[in-house]
Amino acid sequence: MNKKQKNVLIRIIVAAILIALLKLLPIDGWVEFGLFLVPYFVIGHDILKKAWKGIRNRQAFDENFLMAVATIGAILLGEYVEGVAVMLFYQIGELFQSYAVGKSRRNISELMDIRPDYANIERNGTLEQVDPDEVEPGTIIVVQPGEKIPIDGIVTEGSTTLNTSALTGESLPREVTVGDEVISGCINQSGLLKIRTTREFGESTVSQILDLVENASSKKSRSENFITKFARYYTPAVCYSALALAIVPPLIRVLFLGSSPEWSDWILRALTFLVISCPCALVVSIPLSFFAGIGGASNAGILVKGSNYLETLSQTKCVVFDKTGTMTQGVFEVTGIHHNTIPEEKLLEYAALAECHSSHPISKSLQKAYGKIPDQSRVSKVEEISGHGVIARVDDISVAAGNAKLMRRIGADCSDCHTVGTLVHIAVDGAYAGHIVISDVIKPHAKEAIQALRSAGVSRTVMLTGDAERVARQTAKELGIREVYSELLPADKVRIVERLLNEKKAKDTLAFVGDGINDAPVLSRADIGIAMGAMGSDAAIEAADVVLMDDDPLKISMAIRISRKCLRIVYENIYFAIGIKLICLFLGAFGIANMWFAIFADVGVMVLAVLNAIRALNVKKL
Amino acid sequence: MKKTYKIDVDCANCANKMEEAAKHTTGVKDAAVNFMTLKMIVEFEEGAAPKDVMLEVLKNCKKVEDDCEIFL
Repeated sequence: MNKKQKNVLIRIIVAAILIALLKLLPIDGWVEFGLFLVPYFVIGHDILKKAWKGIRNRQAFDENFLMAVATIGAILLGEYVEGVAVMLFYQIGELFQSYAVGKSRRNISELMDIRPDYANIERNGTLEQVDPDEVEPGTIIVVQPGEKIPIDGIVTEGSTTLNTSALTGESLPREVTVGDEVISGCINQSGLLKIRTTREFGESTVSQILDLVENASSKKSRSENFITKFARYYTPAVCYSALALAIVPPLIRVLFLGSSPEWSDWILRALTFLVISCPCALVVSIPLSFFAGIGGASNAGILVKGSNYLETLSQTKCVVFDKTGTMTQGVFEVTGIHHNTIPEEKLLEYAALAECHSSHPISKSLQKAYGKIPDQSRVSKVEEISGHGVIARVDDISVAAGNAKLMRRIGADCSDCHTVGTLVHIAVDGAYAGHIVISDVIKPHAKEAIQALRSAGVSRTVMLTGDAERVARQTAKELGIREVYSELLPADKVRIVERLLNEKKAKDTLAFVGDGINDAPVLSRADIGIAMGAMGSDAAIEAADVVLMDDDPLKISMAIRISRKCLRIVYENIYFAIGIKLICLFLGAFGIANMWFAIFADVGVMVLAVLNAIRALNVKKL
Repeated sequence: MKKTYKIDVDCANCANKMEEAAKHTTGVKDAAVNFMTLKMIVEFEEGAAPKDVMLEVLKNCKKVEDDCEIFL
């Protein structure tokens, strides 16, 4: 609790004790009135002041005004205990709310606290801490164990494990060593690292994410706008209704029924009406639910750029994917070795050695699969035949590695492959020795992700790709996606998404998931754009409404579930608060509900609504 | 020109009120209050002096929500 909250708590306790004492004392008349004013001012002086300021600033109809009028009215009618108690419970409710909000905010901001304060630079053999803003790209910075990496870069010395959970929500640490790219915001867990920075601080991952988070709340959801508008009309409406309730029935009694007006009874009913009507539960809990929902999502590595996107996301019925980088790793790897006449390792070794001078992506995947640094002294007479492959002598044996054309050229009889991917045929000493399949690998959770989307109520999944049709069909089949469009240019993707947008029902929304620069136009065209954050291009992250920090496609369905939970809580609170209020207003108008009942309707509903709103923060089990 | 200020406010709705008040201040092009990070991001009109504008913003915010603070 902070100082302000402690202060309020003390006032609550003092006022409660005073009320209890005064209730026991045998006093009446003016003495009682005077003495009850003491706890009243102890507990309510700031509310009265705020109400007065509100009237002066022509912002009269707020909760402070309602409370001030209701309590002053009750005290003037001689209902001292009720009048002071309303103020007391109102303050308890406010204190509770402020405490709950402060606590959940601290929880969230601790998790989002990824801003590095300094960077270490080695000068004349000693480490110096400098402002990360002043570090130029290409500078060598030192990151000690336990410190955050301040700027994106490449490791030049040392190896360690990195904790990336602040960025990705992923608890598994990542191993890095010399030559690996590292992103800012990760925490160095074990070893000393030297990093050559590749970007300025302002363009580093951590700065970009913080920028996103800090700008997140500027986009309001329809529900929030509804509440703001609702409160604008609701409060004046109930104030005038209360006024009517105090004046009209007594007048009718006098003028038409000929009975006594019973002014004090009707005024008390009107005051009860005012206390009940306070819209605190709504105006407090709805923004809080969205705040908790976005906070909970960012905790899970899902950045949502505004509460309106949370709302749109919850209505997702159709999800469109990009293939490369979204559902697949976007990195080519050796996925199979077939028709080999010599052992697989031997074949891979020959291929890796023959291709060891090439910097082609295919050669890189071969080297990676080989796993060892190729001994170049074993390789001689390398002959690269463009468009075909390589012929080289490895250990004085002629090795040819390349496509089918190369095999025909040297007269080796090669066999085709049933799997999809790039084939590297190998011939050893002029005889066919088998082929190596290199293809893009599907992400580990991609298939589960599609199933999870189905069970989350997404009825249509579509895959778009610029890749060849055969590859696209194969991937879609493996993933269980029925609709697939291949060999597309960026403009074609936009055209298809527009067609899908026309086909869906008006209330449903369409989400597009992508990662590349070429996906940016589609990301902004779709109802909701989801970008892969860690591998994705800056343009994609910029254009998207939701960013998945760890590129895991399973997070798509999780994001949808989080948004649904948050929206469910929002609607629960709207119906619950308005429902209870309406019932109580009705009961109050007929004199069935008294002031104590009104206190529950106000404070009780608010406390319950706030507790419910905070539930949106908990997303672990989704 | 955009500037970020630290703020202090108790409830999410009060933050919304502050944002509205800031948006309607002369010299402010756009404003956003982030309740989560307790920050106010103000985009100023061309040629406006941020210091003077912010004093006005603070005054307007105090009008709608007495219990708020902007650390200038």
